[in-house]
Amino acid sequence: MFIRITIPTLLLMVLALVPFVAPGMQVLLTLALAKGIAVMGITVLLRSGQVSFGHALYFAIAAYGGAFTLMLMPGADLIVVFVFGIIAAVLSGIIVGLFVARYRFIFFAMLNLAFSMIFWSILEKFYHYTGGADGMRLPRPTVMWIELERGAYELVMFYLALALALGLGWFSMRWLDSPTGQLFRTIKTNETRLQYLGMSPQRVMLTGYVLSALLCGVGGIIMGLVQGVVTPEYAFWVRSGEMVFIAVLGGAGSVPGALVGAAIYEIVRTYASAFAGDIWQLVLGTFLLIIILFAPGGIAGIYSGVMDRIAGKKEEGE
Amino acid sequence: MTHLLETKGLEIRFGGVVAADNITLQIDAGKNLAIIGPNGAGKTTFLNICTGWLKPASGKVYFEGRDVTPLSPRAITRLGVARAFQIPQLFTEHTALENLLIATAARDRLRNPIRALKDTRQRAEMMHLLDMINCTDAAHQQVDELSEGQRKLIDIAVALALRPKLLLMDEPTSGVASSEKFDVMEILVKALAEAEVTAVFVEHDMGIVERYADEVAVWNMGKIELRGTPQEVLEHPDVIRDVIGEVA
Amino acid sequence: MNLTLFLLALFDGIAYAALVFIVAVGLTLIFGVMRILNVAHGSLYAMGAYLTASLTTFIVAAGLPPIFAFPCMLVSAVLIGAVIGGPLEWLLLRRIYHKPEVLQLLVTFAIFMILEDVQRLVWGTQPIFQSAALQLLGNVRVFSVNYTVYQLILLPMVAVALLLGLRFFLRRTVAGKLIVATTEDREAAQAIGIDADKVFLLTFIVGAGLAGLGGALASPTTSILPGIGADMIVLSFAVVATAGLGQIEGAALTALLIGLGRSFAVYVWPETQVLVPYLIMVAVLLVRPEGLFGSPAARKI
Repeated sequence: MFIRITIPTLLLMVLALVPFVAPGMQVLLTLALAKGIAVMGITVLLRSGQVSFGHALYFAIAAYGGAFTLMLMPGADLIVVFVFGIIAAVLSGIIVGLFVARYRFIFFAMLNLAFSMIFWSILEKFYHYTGGADGMRLPRPTVMWIELERGAYELVMFYLALALALGLGWFSMRWLDSPTGQLFRTIKTNETRLQYLGMSPQRVMLTGYVLSALLCGVGGIIMGLVQGVVTPEYAFWVRSGEMVFIAVLGGAGSVPGALVGAAIYEIVRTYASAFAGDIWQLVLGTFLLIIILFAPGGIAGIYSGVMDRIAGKKEEGE
Repeated sequence: MTHLLETKGLEIRFGGVVAADNITLQIDAGKNLAIIGPNGAGKTTFLNICTGWLKPASGKVYFEGRDVTPLSPRAITRLGVARAFQIPQLFTEHTALENLLIATAARDRLRNPIRALKDTRQRAEMMHLLDMINCTDAAHQQVDELSEGQRKLIDIAVALALRPKLLLMDEPTSGVASSEKFDVMEILVKALAEAEVTAVFVEHDMGIVERYADEVAVWNMGKIELRGTPQEVLEHPDVIRDVIGEVA
Repeated sequence: MNLTLFLLALFDGIAYAALVFIVAVGLTLIFGVMRILNVAHGSLYAMGAYLTASLTTFIVAAGLPPIFAFPCMLVSAVLIGAVIGGPLEWLLLRRIYHKPEVLQLLVTFAIFMILEDVQRLVWGTQPIFQSAALQLLGNVRVFSVNYTVYQLILLPMVAVALLLGLRFFLRRTVAGKLIVATTEDREAAQAIGIDADKVFLLTFIVGAGLAGLGGALASPTTSILPGIGADMIVLSFAVVATAGLGQIEGAALTALLIGLGRSFAVYVWPETQVLVPYLIMVAVLLVRPEGLFGSPAARKI
């Protein structure tokens, strides 16, 4: 047990020191954390046996929500931008969720994809409002009504992303073990019994769906604020696919796996894009196949397998 | 007097097969009813109609005097009708105890988003229920690793966890080894009595019916052929020919 | 809206519906038989289009008459079905029929990601335009409107022939009946000696070939560029979902409905043309979750 906790704790301490030890990695890791939070949304859904090919929708809606907030209320504070962005994601999660929560598997995956493609085409076509393919800027907001320099702002965003990743990760894990979360997980195994417990599978599905939209929204607003610009690409299927990929890489259903997966993914992508930029989807797709067919537990599965072996050896030695 | 469950003139057909033909029946609190009859007689269909899973072409279902015909299984369950299945309907990736706790989460509408289900105060109650059905040792095993007989018991316990007024069971002892059938029923009947639940059960084993039913209804080709006490029914020549003859 | 615009919208809609149907019918056929939604179906469509354009350009450059563009289409469709579809089923999909549905979706999604990049590697990102076949057949005049014979007559003819051919094949021929039997009960079919593996392989090759054929037929009518595959999978899913998964005749009607809806939107409110198919789908699914022609799945308990 001890060794299982040691490694994550050490990793966290290293992560918290990054701005001082390796400042060059700071922005990269902020973006990785943002993605990781969004991926947790996919992870939550996977626990009900469902996959969405369109959750970049909420990622984009939160970021555009933040951009509109900054456009309509110039000089709005970080908190205000955050709150409005996330409200936008949650509200749209409820509206879309009321519709898609009736569906499972193929329909669930593809209807989500359809909604994200609709939003993407709205962003592209209605360029008078959305800036079209160029997107919208998110000028640096004040932090607690204090104007910050770029360096300080990025530092704040790094720790904010870290705190949110840990806080929301903790919450998601607790939620999945809570009565509501456990009911949500039964969607995967037996909806008939769920109905005969007096529950509505749709309503149960909706709670998890809204949580997943919230998580994707938080990821999206951080990403938008750090990059300073949001484009329709935020909602494109490629990004949804990326999220699904990271969730499966991290370990289907593992919340910490989502964060670790996102960090590894982002680091590899940054250094690999120099020579694999043109074939990135190809590389991802191939890895996705390999993971599904040969290591369905993902990183989390491999990690606990290794830990089991270490623990097993120790027991033998003792 | 209001009956616990009452059906009036239920009719349903699938293609050319009549699965319910003018089914009129009253069930009173405290009297356990056994439903017997050959395969395909419409016994499960009757349970499906009573719980709202199937809608009858005509006829009504009343629970405690209230018309529940148009309600969903979910709403009828909420009123106090629980259901156990011929093939256990369990959450296969959860343990036996978790299956029961999930039922209490639904029953008591537990909402706390960060308190683990296994730490709720309903845990003791469910451990007691597991104890009553002699499944304490299965508490922490995933249900798909349990024996068929144990899964049937857990399936019934999940229904009992809802604290229903009426429990409908579809062949509670099928899949249970014949040497254990009486033990299982003994456990069940005791648990039902303690929880003050009225039971309706579909059953093929006439020994079980004779011993544990207060009343028996005989189904044949979508109709109720006969109804009475176990002695009256089991000695009736038609029943011996149509039902018991087939089973033996 | 005057008569000219009305006719233009009508013809656009019919031509578009014919193309979408050809692609969607492949998707729904694969689903009907194999219970798998091939997310990479759109990529096969795109590759069919690219391949046809390349072959046609090559032939025209070689000095052959443009009539050879039509054999090129057939060759492309067959190649997509046999060379890409066949190995996909044989090497990958065959491993996942017994896995959870989520994994099946993820596998075809992974194939989709891979094929999208393969297209860009082979054909680049510049739009390709090759309309030799379209020009060869010339125009036809209907009232006040000039429209291409290729789109107004050839495409709908192919679509209708395909619909009738499939109906005949599945209901009247032995091979078709074997496929239907396998669809209804795989184990029983195997018990009476049907080689289900072979049925699946052939179905997937045919379905993939139809995606390729759709792309091949679409190639003279549009610029081919990255992204058309992603658009097409979502659109053809909208068609088959609106019809009810696995419904072949239904797919024809919904393709027409969605095609016309989209083309009239182009003339009435152009910004919404992309949205209309999905609005139709959402509206239908709100009222009938199983689709216009699907039947609700009753679970036995």
